[in-house]
Amino acid sequence: MRNKLVEFRNVSFRYGEEQPWVLKNCSFEIYENEAIAIIGHNGSGKSTIAKLMNGLLFPQEGQIIINGRNVTHDSIWEIRQDVGMVFQNPDNQFVGTTVQDDVAFGMENRGIPRDEMVKRMNETLSAVGMQEYRLTEPHKLSGGQKQRVAIASVLAIFPQVLILDEATAMLDPRGRTEIMKTVASVQEERHLSLITITHNLQEVVQAERVIVMNQGEIWDEATPREIFAKRTELREIGLDIPFVAALSDELRKTGLPVANEVLNHEELLEELWISRSTM
Amino acid sequence: MNNTLIIGQYVPGESLLHRLDPRTKITIIFFFVFIVFLANSVLSYSVLTIFALGSMLATRIPVHYILKGLTPVWFLIVFTFILHLVVTNEGDVLIDIFGFSIYSGALIQGFAISMRFFLLILVTSLLTLTTTPIEITDAIEDMLHPLKKVRFPVHELALMMSISLRFIPTLMQETEKISKAQASRGVDFRTGPIKERIKAVVPLLVPLFVSAFKRAEELAMAMEARGYQGGEGRTKLRELKFELRDFLIFVVFITVVTALFFTRHY
Amino acid sequence: MDITFNNVSYIYQEKTPFAHKALANLSFYIPAGSFTAIIGHTGSGKSTLIQHLNGLVRPSEGEVTIGDYRITSDEKPDNMKTLRSRVGVVFQYPEHQLFEETVRKDIAFGPENFGAPQDAIEERIEEITPQVGLTEELLERSPFDLSGGQMRRAAIAGVLATKPDVVVLDEPTAGLDPRGQQEMMDMFYDLHKREGLTTILVTHSMEHAVQYADNVIILNDGTKYMEGNPTDILIQKDALHKVQLDVPEMVQFLNAFSEKFGHDIPFRRQSPADLAWEIRQILKGAGSDE
Repeated sequence: MRNKLVEFRNVSFRYGEEQPWVLKNCSFEIYENEAIAIIGHNGSGKSTIAKLMNGLLFPQEGQIIINGRNVTHDSIWEIRQDVGMVFQNPDNQFVGTTVQDDVAFGMENRGIPRDEMVKRMNETLSAVGMQEYRLTEPHKLSGGQKQRVAIASVLAIFPQVLILDEATAMLDPRGRTEIMKTVASVQEERHLSLITITHNLQEVVQAERVIVMNQGEIWDEATPREIFAKRTELREIGLDIPFVAALSDELRKTGLPVANEVLNHEELLEELWISRSTM
Repeated sequence: MNNTLIIGQYVPGESLLHRLDPRTKITIIFFFVFIVFLANSVLSYSVLTIFALGSMLATRIPVHYILKGLTPVWFLIVFTFILHLVVTNEGDVLIDIFGFSIYSGALIQGFAISMRFFLLILVTSLLTLTTTPIEITDAIEDMLHPLKKVRFPVHELALMMSISLRFIPTLMQETEKISKAQASRGVDFRTGPIKERIKAVVPLLVPLFVSAFKRAEELAMAMEARGYQGGEGRTKLRELKFELRDFLIFVVFITVVTALFFTRHY
Repeated sequence: MDITFNNVSYIYQEKTPFAHKALANLSFYIPAGSFTAIIGHTGSGKSTLIQHLNGLVRPSEGEVTIGDYRITSDEKPDNMKTLRSRVGVVFQYPEHQLFEETVRKDIAFGPENFGAPQDAIEERIEEITPQVGLTEELLERSPFDLSGGQMRRAAIAGVLATKPDVVVLDEPTAGLDPRGQQEMMDMFYDLHKREGLTTILVTHSMEHAVQYADNVIILNDGTKYMEGNPTDILIQKDALHKVQLDVPEMVQFLNAFSEKFGHDIPFRRQSPADLAWEIRQILKGAGSDE
């Protein structure tokens, strides 16, 4: 059995008494070493979930349990050790004047001795492929490089959960690919639970499980394959479906049998191969 | 980018002066500022000048770069000198032109004041030329450490300084972006009556403030998420360490001070 | 307005140790009324190019002409302001340029600077507001009270308020969710068709280029790497890979299809529905052979 790392129990949240609810009665669980994607239109409550997970916000109703601990004002110090977070804007989370100062920031906060700090810094910077930039200043880095540094600084405190809150949204395709590669290799090495909040379909397809948010509620929770089978409904709540899913829909309309739900080109071609031989 | 004024600009390097502990440099400059005012003879000025020029050469930064960088300051120095020539009337009259008398005392005093001025500017600019702003911040934090006892927020101050340093280039880029966007909407920042030009700043400043606040908010959140909760119990990656060379430089400086006391008039 | 770049080079911070060439010998022609996509990575010179289009910078060498306006290193039109009212530039994250007390005032800001009469401005605001997908009642609100998507639309209305002939779009969909992106691009395409605009879309999204452009320019290291019809350019996998760009997903699929089934389906920017029929024809044909 996998260990339960994150649990939301009937969580509701709003920014103030008079404000509308941003999250309504959300419950879900995330296990160790699991890759989860959270998708939903802008304003659906995705990012709020992320901020609730490490005590940057607190729910009005319900309970959040991280690694067996209730998220309260008293436990945030331990919670934030377990839950690391990379935000959307590469510039607005870079604290240090150089790459190494930024990676050190989280460790300095935790009072980690200097020798250990240097050791972990070398490890994490090579894990994200930024070891040559140790002394570089942030304005000389690309967006993708800054985000890799942000990942390194989170990894340096050995979290169990890594949240990427639209971490690739402001990057160009090259930067996006860099981050996706980095994250994949990191997850393999460190056995983290990975929570990716995104609009990018490639990132969604790579998850084991997808949580779909719509107007503050959990709309669905299933594997990517099951989620993308609900094409019409997904479109109705403003979300995209992969090209292959759209195409297989059209193929079915022409009378070609595409029996299984497909997630990539190879799978669709395989389906076509089968349907050809049955024709 | 402004390339003419070098005060406050760091030039990367590996020289002795670059590698000195920033606290050493700050301490020496602090005392230098005082002892400059003790010089009152040709010899004592020479001692200080040799020290200043020696330090300048020790930075291994091209001399013409340093001197050219002081261009705006040259003007002030020359101005001070001329002011003294005109105002002071002590000693013998040296020349008399068009009713203007230049006294020997004026010449000497003008020279002395300009020299002090020059030495001060030169030595302080050597600090910023060879020390990164963040090193200076670290040194100040360390040197102000005793003030913590009287609840002076030393750590917070240092953190604020280092974050400001980190965001200066970001905000400069932002300023450029917004001014280009507004120029595209017909704002003219360069020509027109002064009143119009002042008005043209509003469309630049409002967006800048809005974005700076947003950045500050997001940064605060990111810092919190990474476990920041004040200076208590923090360790530091950047450590300041006194080395042998710092000790040697202090010896040199004390020698200079001693020489100064022997060479000045009493 | 026709746009030509004739051997344009641009050097940043010329005559300083920081000098660096952002554009090198760039030449191209964009006919009036076309929809052109300029594609390239960050640092390929895209943003420098944009700034040449309304005279924010002048070329270090070469010549830029936009309609009757001619800009070279030592020559700029006397009426730079009118040029800027004819060329509307929607910069990346345009909502960052909002500053007025109300949306209405912000939209009016551009035309006022260009000296348009007040009643014409009012009329134009009435016209542009629904076109960018905003409602009348939002006009009196502070732009900072709007949602992210609405702010962007308000800023875009501010650029389009001068009724430009040329519209330059720099990554107009960045940060929007999928539906927001689609709506934004559809809106610009509508305007392009309806008003007969010359539209220049600067992007790194192959998918948007493929959907809307009738002319593609690929930029790399400040020079023109490729130029032409999207159906000719965007299928050249190897050439695009060399500059770290990918072909659109449909082209990737068509390539994989032809490898597996030995049948080439030409890329004509067909809809998934049309493609499905083509595949069916091929598979049916193949099936009956056996």
